[in-house]
Parts: sequence; C-alpha cells; structure tokens
Amino acid sequence: MDKMPKWADVVLIPLISLILAAILSALVILGIGEDPVAAVNMMVSGALGSTYGWGYTLYYATNFMFTGLAVAVAFHARLFNIGGEGQAMLGGLGVALVCLYVPWPHWTIALLAACAASMLFGAIWAAIPAYLQARRGSHIVITTIMFNFIAAAFLNYMLVNVMRPVGSMDPATARFNESVHLPTLHELLAPIGINFSKAAPANVSLLVAVLACVVVWALIWRTRLGYEIRAYGHSETGALYAGISPYKITMIAMLISGALAGLMAINNVMGEAERLVLNSTEGAGFIGIAVALMGRSHPFGVFLAAILFGFLYQGGAELALWTNIPRELIVVIQALVILFTGALDNMVRMPLEKIFLALRKGNA
Amino acid sequence: MDFLTIIQVLDSTVRLATPLLLACLAGLFSERAGIFDIGLEGKMLMSAFFSAAVAAVTGSVWLGLLAGIAASLVLAGLHGLASITFRGNQLISGVAINFLAAGMTVLIAQDWFQQGGRTPSLIGGGRFGPIDWPLSETLAGVPVVGPVYSELLSGHSILVYIAFLAVPATWWVLFRTRFGLRLRAVGENPAAVDTAGVSVVGLRYAAVMICGVLCGIAGAYLATALQAGFVKDMTAGRGFIALAALIFAKWRPWHAMWACLLFGLLQAIALRFQNIDLGGVVIPVQVMDALPYVLTVVILAGFVGKAIPPRAGGEPYVKER
Repeated sequence: MDKMPKWADVVLIPLISLILAAILSALVILGIGEDPVAAVNMMVSGALGSTYGWGYTLYYATNFMFTGLAVAVAFHARLFNIGGEGQAMLGGLGVALVCLYVPWPHWTIALLAACAASMLFGAIWAAIPAYLQARRGSHIVITTIMFNFIAAAFLNYMLVNVMRPVGSMDPATARFNESVHLPTLHELLAPIGINFSKAAPANVSLLVAVLACVVVWALIWRTRLGYEIRAYGHSETGALYAGISPYKITMIAMLISGALAGLMAINNVMGEAERLVLNSTEGAGFIGIAVALMGRSHPFGVFLAAILFGFLYQGGAELALWTNIPRELIVVIQALVILFTGALDNMVRMPLEKIFLALRKGNA
Repeated sequence: MDFLTIIQVLDSTVRLATPLLLACLAGLFSERAGIFDIGLEGKMLMSAFFSAAVAAVTGSVWLGLLAGIAASLVLAGLHGLASITFRGNQLISGVAINFLAAGMTVLIAQDWFQQGGRTPSLIGGGRFGPIDWPLSETLAGVPVVGPVYSELLSGHSILVYIAFLAVPATWWVLFRTRFGLRLRAVGENPAAVDTAGVSVVGLRYAAVMICGVLCGIAGAYLATALQAGFVKDMTAGRGFIALAALIFAKWRPWHAMWACLLFGLLQAIALRFQNIDLGGVVIPVQVMDALPYVLTVVILAGFVGKAIPPRAGGEPYVKER
C-alpha cells in the first residue's frame, strides 16, 4: 500500500516545493533591496496583462513544452538527458537547411518538412550518447553534457565558416524566404475576430507543441512501447525478465527525446528569428529539466509547468526592463525549482509521508 | 614556430590548466567517495565572484580567497544535504547548483557594484601577483634552460604552485592514509565501510567539503590571479572540462594533472592561434574548442581503454534497518 494518497504525490508535493522556491525567491528579491510584491505585480501585468505579454509568455512556453517533454520521456526510461540544449541546436540546423535551400510553395508543407528535419537532427544528436549508454555503458549524463559543448562548437563553425552569407559579419544564416513564414497568433486569430498583438512572436508552433503533449501522453500511457519504457524505468531487471530489451528501450527513448528537443527549432528558428543565429536556444534545453521535474514527467504537468516558466521568463524580462532586478533572477528561480522538486524532493516527501501515516493510524 | 613561442604557449598552458586541475582534483575527491558532482562549474563561479568582490572591497586578496572558499563550501554543503542527507538525485542537485551560481552571482554583483554583473577591476593587493623564483632575471639569458626556468617555471601566482602541489598531496591522502582508504572504499562499497563501523555519511560529507575547498581555490584563481575581477559566467564551461579531464584521467590524481595540462594546452593553442594551417589543411578554432569533449566521449566509449567510475558513484547509501 502506498504511504500517501495519489493526489498528495501528484499535486501536494510539487505545490509545496513550488511554494518553498517562491518564498526563497522572494527572500532573494528582498535581499537585493527590492519589493517582492511589487515585483510579482509587475511580472503578472507584464506577462499576462496584455496580448503582447501573453504572446511572449506563450512563445517561451512553446519552447519549454518541447524541451520539457524531451526530458520527461527520457525520465520515464530513467535516463537523464541533459543534452536537450545541443539537440535543440542541431534541430535548428535542420530547420535552417530545409528552409534555406528548398523553395517551398506554402508554409504548411514547409512546416511539415521542418518538423521532420528538426526531429531527425535532434534524434541523430541524441543517438550517439544513447548508443554509448546502451552498448558501452558510458554514462549518458556525461556524454550528453559533452555533446552540448560539441554542438555549440559545431554550430559556431557552421555559422561562421559555412552558412554565413557572403559579406555579412554577423555569425548567422541569411533570412528565410517569405514563403516559409509561420503565421503568428495575430494572423491566426484575426479572422475569428480576436485582436492579438502583432509584435508578439507566439506562432502556430504552439499548436504543434500542444499536439506533441497529447501524442507523448498517448505514447507513454496508451501504447505497448510506452508501457515498456515505463517498465524499464521502474526496474531494469524486471523489464529484462519480461523480455524487454534494455538496448532497444534506451535507444528508442533517447531518439524520441532528442527528436522532441530538436522540434523546438520550429518555434525559435522558423517561427521567431526566421534565420539561424548563434545561441538561438537561449538555455531552453536546460529549462526543460526544471519543467519536466515540476510537471512530474506527465505531459499535462509539463504543459502547465511550461506555461509557468514562460510566464517567469516574460515577467523576468519586464522586471529587467523596468527595475534594477537583472534577468538572472529567472535563473535563480529556475535553480530553486530544480533544487526543491528534483534534488530535495525527499525533504518535502519524508515529513509528508509521516503526517499521512499518522493521520491514517488516527482514522483506523 | 620558434622556441620562444613554444615556451610562451606552454607558459599559458600552465596558467590555463591550473583552474582545471584544482576543479578536477575537487571532483576526484567527491567522486571517489561516490558523490557525482556536475556542480563543479557552479562552485567555481560562486567562489570567483565572492573572492573578487571581497578582494575589491577590502583590498586583500587573501580575504578574497577565504570568502571564495566559504562561498564554495556553502554550495558544497547544499550538495551534501541534497545528495547525502536527503538521498536526492546527485546529478539534478549539481544542475541546480550550477544555475543557482549563474543567477546569484550576477544578481548580487549588480546589487553591490551596479556594473552590469561584474566586480570592479582588481588592482595591487587585490590580486595574486607573480612569484619570481630566485635568479630568474639572471638566468633568463641562458639559452634553452633560461627561458624554461624564468618563463615557464618562475613567475606564476602562488595558487598555480598550490594546484600542482595538490597533485602529490591528493595522491598521498587517497592512497597512503587511512582516511584515503576509507574514502575510496565508501565510493566502491559503502555497506562494507558501514559494517566496519565507520560513518558513511561523515566520510561522504568530508569528501564533498574537500571538493568545496578545492573548487573555491579554483574560482578565486580565475577571478584574482588569471584575470583581474569577476565577469558574468567567467568559468565558461571550465567545470565541465575539469569533469571531462577527470574521466579522461580515470579518476587518478597524476593522470588528472596530465589530462588538465593537455586540455590547458588545447585552450592555450586556441587562444594564440585562431585557425591553424597545417600545410594546406586548416584546422578551425572550433575544433580546438570541441576537442576536450570529443576526447572524453571517445574515452568514455571505451575505445581507448575503459573508464570505470567508482562503483557506488551516484547511489545514495541507505542503511539497512
């Protein structure tokens, strides 16, 4: 019998962890001589107070949904994929190649091709660490970290030496063709009479991200493969006994994970920048770790956590614009969320389990 | 390439290898005791900031060094709390510590100095100066031996010599003392250590704290000796290169020194020559940037001798009841 009811595990623990992280963040804001209440007000009005704010919040959230799902799928197979950043960078390269060198007649076809290319590139970048883990026993955390740095150097090389247009000083590709422009939320919502901010970068990729959440949910909880991934994650020996190949599951889980991280590029490269620039991922691959931990590796949880982090990101940008609080506050909050929901999970869990045990004895 | 250029590149290799070496030995203590630490980067960064900040305010680099070590120890304690006391995931804890340091340093720097997340430039007593060995001026003119003595060996800051002396010290502690034997045992088979009546928790905390001290020195070296002040994200992945060197060295002190010197050499070459022209074939600078990581993956893959980590690494120890 479980020590705690399921709702406590799914809702209460993340909530308490989040409150702890929020309290500490407030203390940090107090510590640098600013008012936490005013800061929260400004974040809410800046991120959610206008369609412009929402447009940015949802744009960031789209990135985090992809990277959060990527980390979550790997977590289900008890694999820790820190390489989302590198996989998303490579995904960007795939999108750039597809968008630059093929004359697409319409954005819908271009989007499908870009999805395929970004997933392929992301998956390839995850495949090598996955193979080394499955066949050679090299620790996947270390290899994916190394692959992040290798990806950064590789992309730097590609942008500076290969893909930079002649005569340009900027280490970036040329701007994509107008025909691959993805419709923004403004363009999507205008026909049905909703006036959404023109300047905000949220685009049709958001729908792809939501679709990805649904597909991942179905994959993990409604298919045989998902069952095998979860079984392997719970117990490797158990899975082996049930005839599940650890090699196959490690490879497949990591390929899916890499593909999801790579898919992020349709949002930031194709949807927003419309060209590939250096450091286009802006750390979204790492935020995926926080998002997956907070969302308890469940696609719906990832969806909510991604929106929360999108809000934090946009709100933090507003704070940096109008107050003396630097943007790095978001990095601190992100660290605290990872710390409390990931590393210090037991600090919240152990006392709660005691409380629930005591309550149960009292009732019996 | 003439002789003097080679000496200069080697000289800068020593300077660049020092923070890697200190961080690598830090990781060595921690991982030998079974605590994975991917938070080396964060601890170095935190120490770099606090050492530079305190040195800038007080004008004393030694106080700065102490402050840097203290800051690194706080993060090490946090890592210990998460991974030893609460038996959390050591890797996730390391990731959190890296982000915590990246964010907090800029936040506090902005609050204290209002210079866009950096400290004022350190001058005079706020920095570790070079230590000139006796007769280095006189011997500089002697061919071959002269430049090696006066450029390569002499004229580094005290932390460089501490880092290289830490290598035999680490070897001696780990392989010639009772503490070292127990520390290695706790990373291989904590249950056996526990059965022998030695505290697993105590040993692991000790290892994590030693790791904190060494990372603190590494960070202080970056901000107060290699450069003159703290700038945002100044560790620039050195913690991960140190981690790579640790694996490359297969968790052994002397090998760690050679691995760090190799990676330092790669950095020195990348700094001095942008693109290297080898008789028609141009090696772009990015290859030098990526090489430490590629080499580590190759070593990890077991194609060039297998890298076997301490057996109980990453596993929290649960005492049987």
